[in-house]
Amino acid sequence: MKHGSGFRIYTIVYLVFLYAPILLLPIFAFNASTIIAFPLSGFTTDWFAQLLTIPALVQAVKNSVIIAVSASILSTCLGIFAARASTRYSFPGKGPIMGLIMLPLVLPEIIVAVSLLVVLLGIGVNLSFWTVILGHVLICTPFSIAILNSAFLSLDQSLEEAAYDLGETKWSTFRLITFPLIMPGIISSLLISFTISLDEFIIAFFLTGTEPTLPVYIWSQLRFPTKIPAIMALGTILVALSITLLIIAEYFRRKGIRKTGRSDTGGFL
Amino acid sequence: MDAKTRWGRFWRSDAASGLVLISPTALYVVLMLAVPLAAILGYSFLTDGYLEIIWTPTLANYAEAWGDPLYRLVMFRSLFVSATVTLVTVCLAFPVAYYVSFHVRPDRKSLWLFLITIPFWTSYLIRVFLWKVILGYNGVVNSSLLYLGIIDEPLTFILYNVNAVVITLAHAYAPFAILPIFVALEKIDRSLLEAGQDLGESKLLTFWRVTLPLAMPGVVAAVLIVFIPTIGDYVTPQLVGGPEGRMIANAIQLQYLRLDNYPLGSALAVSAMTIVTAVSLVFLFLNRRFLRVRQ
Repeated sequence: MKHGSGFRIYTIVYLVFLYAPILLLPIFAFNASTIIAFPLSGFTTDWFAQLLTIPALVQAVKNSVIIAVSASILSTCLGIFAARASTRYSFPGKGPIMGLIMLPLVLPEIIVAVSLLVVLLGIGVNLSFWTVILGHVLICTPFSIAILNSAFLSLDQSLEEAAYDLGETKWSTFRLITFPLIMPGIISSLLISFTISLDEFIIAFFLTGTEPTLPVYIWSQLRFPTKIPAIMALGTILVALSITLLIIAEYFRRKGIRKTGRSDTGGFL
Repeated sequence: MDAKTRWGRFWRSDAASGLVLISPTALYVVLMLAVPLAAILGYSFLTDGYLEIIWTPTLANYAEAWGDPLYRLVMFRSLFVSATVTLVTVCLAFPVAYYVSFHVRPDRKSLWLFLITIPFWTSYLIRVFLWKVILGYNGVVNSSLLYLGIIDEPLTFILYNVNAVVITLAHAYAPFAILPIFVALEKIDRSLLEAGQDLGESKLLTFWRVTLPLAMPGVVAAVLIVFIPTIGDYVTPQLVGGPEGRMIANAIQLQYLRLDNYPLGSALAVSAMTIVTAVSLVFLFLNRRFLRVRQ
């Protein structure tokens, strides 16, 4: 027996466990029966065709995309500030401040959701997709910071110093030298935040008011057995979309690492 | 004049630049997270007066949250589920992290990690719903076992109870457990392991006395990163838990969105967070020996 082959088999079995649900998804999406169970009854693409005929779904997709685009841009901007500050400077209170900013990574989402709900209703803000954006920026920012931290850390400081010596100002150095070098990190952060926001349910569920996002719409449909096959079709599209976005994000992350000549050791988290 | 130069010097210092840079993000988090968290803490001491909140401080919500046997049961169940999920997830994840760190070629490692993280990024709701399909009465597990002749009638103990919640959450949080353990394993100086074996230790003993203690910071991180969020999971208990699988997040949601009782909902949320923090601190304290090794 080859060295470590036991571990290899175990890991492959574990991966099958991890992928089991998303492998079943397309099977049921193309299955002709309305009952989501085995045995399968035949091939159909009706469920996909049906999706376009649901106006509520189209509206939910629009809401979700607006929210995800806004949340990813805002959280990446906030992430740039925080990642730059934490990788380049030491300042009083850095530990507690960064701890608070990264807290949503472990804090249960329902706590974030109810606390925001209480405050927003308390100050008289009407729930709309703006309130969802506020919440999503909060949970996307830690991920943006984690990605941008590694982008800033791999940046050679002497390049910036050379620019200062050649008479560039702080801002022009950032624009001409730093920004292009961390660009892959920024793109990767935008894509990851977009994916997180698009998929987030709890915060959207509490803060959305009358404009449901895509996950809130899906949640409302899961109660009706006849709507499930169309949801499976929708899920298949979503999974394909997220995997595509992730592959692009991973490509940019690796490109960023190659640009600075470091070796590649980790994933997104 | 003196004060002015000192101010100027501070303004050009690293500390000032850092604080200025961090301020937009810090301000956002203070307004959107710290203030709201303080607000639910405040609300938990008020009384729900049906149409408006009564502004007299009281401990009645906590008396109800801790005294009512129903809430106590749900709280204990949430803790039990979280602890079980953490144990199962971390134990199952360790060999995977170990394999990727010790047996995979360095240039392939990021590919494996990518494969492990992909399922985590795909629609959470639909993934949980599919577990219902897998574990259900006519589900994948039951129909395969029936087909193979292992069972005569469908198993019913795998859906709409605590088991189903544990399985589904162990699946959802797998990458959170694998990644910190992997990072800790990657940091281990491989020559230490060779030294252990050169000095006559068996492979198993080397693992027990060298690898495992050095990997403990990663294991501790994995435990906390799985344990803390799982206690507040809403979707999984709601979809696959059935009535006997309800957890604290379901009770909180009920108070906030259905019954409109913010003070009691807040007291439940604050209680849950206090218990989780206390358990996490005890866990950190018990493992302080391993965490000190790191420095």
